[in-house]
Order: sequence, then structure tokens, then C-alpha cells
Amino acid sequence: MKPTLLTGNGAAARGVRLAGIDYLPAFPITPQTEIIETLAQWIQAGEMDCRMVTMDSEHSMITAAGTAAATGVRVFTATSSQGLLYGMEMIYTVAGWRAPFVLVNVSRALSSPITLEPDHNDVLAARDSGFLQIHCSTCQEVLDAVLLAYRLGEDERVRLPVIVNLDGYYLSFTREPVLIPSRKEAARFLAPYDPGETHFRAGDPVSQGVAVLGGSQYSYFRYETHLASIQALSVFNEICREYEKITGRVYEAVEGYRTTDAEIVFFMLGSFATKAKDAVDHLRKTGLKVGLVRPRLFRPFPAQAIIRHLADKKGVAVVDQNLSQGKGGILHAELSSILYNEERRPCVLVSFIGGLGGRDISVEEFFEMARVTVQAAESGKTPAPRLLYTHEELARMRGLQSIAGNRSPGH
Amino acid sequence: MYRIRFHGRGGQGMKTAGRILGTAFFLAGYEVQDAPLYGAERRGAPMLSSVRANGKPINERGIINNPDLVIIADESLLTLPAAGVLPGLTSHSVLLIQTDQSAGTIKNHLHIKGEVLILPLPPDEKTTGGMALASASCGAAGARLCGLALDILEQAVRLELKTLSPNIIEKNLARSRQVFALLPAGIVREGKEIMAGWQRPHWIDLPMEEASISAPAIHGGATSLNMETGDWRILRPVIRTDDCVRCGLCHVFCPEGVISLTDDGLPEIDYHHCKGCLICLAQCPAHAIDAVPEHDKGGKL
Repeated sequence: MKPTLLTGNGAAARGVRLAGIDYLPAFPITPQTEIIETLAQWIQAGEMDCRMVTMDSEHSMITAAGTAAATGVRVFTATSSQGLLYGMEMIYTVAGWRAPFVLVNVSRALSSPITLEPDHNDVLAARDSGFLQIHCSTCQEVLDAVLLAYRLGEDERVRLPVIVNLDGYYLSFTREPVLIPSRKEAARFLAPYDPGETHFRAGDPVSQGVAVLGGSQYSYFRYETHLASIQALSVFNEICREYEKITGRVYEAVEGYRTTDAEIVFFMLGSFATKAKDAVDHLRKTGLKVGLVRPRLFRPFPAQAIIRHLADKKGVAVVDQNLSQGKGGILHAELSSILYNEERRPCVLVSFIGGLGGRDISVEEFFEMARVTVQAAESGKTPAPRLLYTHEELARMRGLQSIAGNRSPGH
Repeated sequence: MYRIRFHGRGGQGMKTAGRILGTAFFLAGYEVQDAPLYGAERRGAPMLSSVRANGKPINERGIINNPDLVIIADESLLTLPAAGVLPGLTSHSVLLIQTDQSAGTIKNHLHIKGEVLILPLPPDEKTTGGMALASASCGAAGARLCGLALDILEQAVRLELKTLSPNIIEKNLARSRQVFALLPAGIVREGKEIMAGWQRPHWIDLPMEEASISAPAIHGGATSLNMETGDWRILRPVIRTDDCVRCGLCHVFCPEGVISLTDDGLPEIDYHHCKGCLICLAQCPAHAIDAVPEHDKGGKL
């Protein structure tokens, strides 16, 4: 089979087309819009048998997606950044309905200040909602993740909506060679949706998303959703093996790159992880035993697989492309919490915050993060969290502040 | 790995140029990655696109900081530091500019260490300043300078322009062949995978600064006057004062607020900031506004 050059957005649309969706509620936002545009063209040309509806906002869009899913049809929708936040009330709400659908989020940093380029604070704001989350690092993975997401969410042991996340610009607008499964292969992996008890028919009334008071019933429903999310971990592994048999492409909840004999490991999400691989290869040539661990599945959090990958490592450079204001890197906190009770935990976790708002992380910075982590492991002293931000960047900032008429620091 | 950067203004076709070159490399059997970066996402604003091609899968991403080849569609970007067209050029890299100036002039003025080549604007493209075919011109230039074959380039042009009419595709193919014949073959050399002798980043601890300094607010007022968005224009609206009925509609509809009225009610355009959207032209009931290409020396400038 020959690959095709596709953008991350194009790959997402291909996956959705192969999934044979029934319903597409849509609202535009950069950098996601190309996905909906592509699907709209195919629907218009009669190449997809699907109903598309343009909504008045993301709040309505996610409501429509959840309600349509609750009638037992296959649904897709997509958004980014402020759009995901605008729909956030319904993100939490529809997850509790236990009606699965797939939402692609094209990561874009949040306001303020407003920007167009990516980091992960948008998708991580949906972390605790009940949506499962798959994070992609290549355009190929985007296409495959969409198919995996439908299988995962629709599995009767799970029944939860799934977010597939790809980074704006670095994947959304970037073309890479992508192998597109044939219609037959896709159908072998993803059968038509059997919604089971999740339906809405006049002759068979159901009240969904009911109200409860007193906390006890509430606790039951919320914890059941959590258990279903945890259950999704083993289901994900199972369907990935099946996907591998059909396409030959191997996916695991956690990607480990040259980790077996590694002493120092980069730990991160998303498309910048491919840059880390280049750094790993180069550092290996200089004799430093470095590897990369990247969760594909972020919710549920694949704790056991991560613990296994990081057992007995000297140091971990946690690269957070997000910032929890007043706390620090979110991945760093998540990782610390699963390692604390492990006897074979790595000696040090060093926290780096980088790539906010699409700021690039250079290969030199990966080298330097490895160097700092080696030093921390040898000395046993963990340095303070480090924002990847240079002297030159601050100098440029000072220039802009002077144009903006801001009082200069130190006056 | 080949690393190529295209620079142009929104609307000049540099995304398509990147895709033509990306597809050509792909058809020639390379692993490819291409991507546009739109900046302000506005017609006329500086933008760039990147193409990487290699014999093995590409893990690098984002802006190319160490290009082997830089292609500039619009010479006005040379003097605009914010466009970032020159960073990363070394004695190894090749610079190609679409311009009527000489290569020597540009090389000396800008102190370029590497090879400088020029691509003259096509003579029969007066009305668009050569921009109608810029994507084919620049895409073909990239393919030629990197040593790709003509039949592969033509296939790539057909693929990337397939939604356009056959007539337009033919024009682009003709221009591609013309550019292919004008330029030397394969003078661009692949760059190293990762630079040897890397420099440690000068990370600093950001100082905590009070909100009066660190909030994203602009206190200077009218700082947008310093931003000469007039150079975003490809077409310039020119008012024929004899035909103007002084209704003031252009002044009302101008989204940038750059059309003022004199005491006599005659509109005046601030060309330092007019972005050339031509809404004034569309609104003018007397049809007293013309669109004149910026490159057309015969226009009333």
C-alpha cells in the first residue's frame, strides 16, 4: 500500500469518513475548521451518507452531539481551544449520559492573551470530565486514533465519549505520509454501531440524564463513570491488538522509545515527542542512555504501563506543554502521584514547562533538559521547575513592552 | 535532509508552492513533511511555508531554522525584520528571490554569505505583479534547484492544482517549465541531520513582575500607527476625484478607518495603513475607485 500526503486535519477527516458517521454537528474555529470543511465537501458530493448541521455555538454543538449519540447513532464533532471551553458545561454533562461519540480537539492555547498556536491547556481542561483522551504525535496516528476511539467508546464495557487530540499547526496543518486503510479493513475493525440500550424511540420511552439528590445516588453514577474509564484501559489494549492484525500498525496505551536500557527518559504528550526522538537518537550517539515515554492514552491514565517503563530509571525530564496556574506542569503532578508509592520509582523527576502557545522546543533544548536531568540524578538534588525561556526572548519582550508604553521593570 | 523555506504574503500562493515542492519530493520517493505558518492569517500579511524531504521518516517539526534553500516570492519582505526571511542563512544555503533587481545588488546590500539567485517576474504578468503564477514559479524553482525531474514537477503541479480549470493548470505548467529552464539544476545540498557543536540555550529564571508591567495590555495608545500595514497591499485603491460624488460611503465602510474626508468632503486614503481590501471600491456608488496593482509602475501611485 502507498501512503498519501495528508495534514493532521485531513487525516482526522479520513478517519471519520471511514468510521461511517451518521451525524455531524459543527461550529468553526481555527485550527480545527479544515476537518469540518473536508467532511462537508464529501457530504455535499454525496460521498458520505451523513447529516451535517451547523450550530450557533460549541455549547449547542456538544449538546447536539451528545443528544444524537443518545438516540443510538454514530456521531462526530470537532473543536479547539476557546470552543472546547465554551462547550465545557456540556462536555461534563454528556459524558455522564454514557452515550459515546468522538470529538477531535485540535489543540490551541487558551486566552489570555489570545493566540492561534498550540499547547495542551485546552484539552487538559477536559481532563476530569469523563471523556476518554487519546493524544496523537503524527498524522498517521490521528487517522488511526479516530477509528480506535469509536471502537473504544462504543464498547459495551466502556460507553463513554472520546476526545482525540492533535496539536494545532504542528499536526493540523502539517502534511505527512499517511497510510489510509481500505474501506474493507476499516469495516473489519469497526462494525456498524450497535447502541444496545442507548436509544430513543417513541414506542420505547427512556428518560436519560436524570436528576438525583442527597449525594448517594450521585456518588454511584459518578464512580461508575470512573470505573468505566479505568476499564477502557484493558479494552484499549485489546482493540489495539486487533487493529494491528488488520493494518500492521502497532499501538499501545504508552509509547516507549529506546527505554529498555535508558537511564534518562523524556516524558511528554503530543507531536513534540517526535522531536524528542531525534534528540534521543543523537544523545545515544554521544553515549548517553536516553529514551522517551509518551502516553497515547491520557484518560484513563495508563499508570501501570508508565510505572513499568520508568522502573529503576535514574531521572525523568517531564516536559509539560501546559501550565496549571499556581501549581505548575500537569503531567509532572500526574506522574508524581502514580510513582510516589513505587519502590522502583525513578530517582528524580525534573519539571520543564515548554512549548506554551506554540513556542518551539529546539533540539538543543532537549539536549539541555537531558543534561540537567543527568546532573540532578547524579547529585540527588532536583532543580526547581524550569520554564523553557531564554535571555534572548526576554530581551525581545522588553522591546515590545517599551512599544506598548509599559513602565519598564526596576523603575 | 532537505530543508526549504518559502516566504510570501497571504494570498500569493506560498502554501501551494510548498505543497507543489512537497508533492514533487514525495513522488520522487522521499519522506516528506510540508506545512504553512500563517502568522496573522490575513491576506497580504507575511507568511511562510516549510518543506522537509529526507530518505527516512522525518521527526523534526515546526519552523526551519537552518534552511538549505530559501525562496522569497515578494521582495518587499526583505526589508521587513518581522517577516524573518533571512535568519538561518549560511554560506551553505541558497537564496532565491522573485524580483527584477540583480542578484549582486541583493547579495551586497544584505551581506548574504551563500549563493543568491533571482527569478525575474514574468513579463506578461503585469496586472498581478507576477503573483498569479507565483505558486508554480516558486514551487518549480524549488524542484529545479533541488535537482528533481521535470516530469515529476509537472505531475506535482497537476495534483496540487487539480481543482482549478484546465486553462489555468496549463498556464501554471507552462510557467513551471519556463522556470525550470531558467534555473541551474540541483545546486542545493542537503543539510546535516543535527548541527554538530550545538549551543546551550541561555535559559533564564523569569522574574516576578507586577501586573502593571506583566499584564498583556498596551498603554502607549495608537501603537498601530507604527505598524505600516500598507505594505500588505497587493492592489491599491485609487480614487478618481473627478468622478467622486463625495457621498462619504468609502469613509464609512472602510474597516481599517484609513479613509478620511477633507473639509470639502473629498475622501483621502492613508496608504501607509490601507491593507487593500477594496471594500471601498465595492461600495462606491459612482464607481470612482480603481484597483491598481502595487507592482504596476504605470499606476497613479
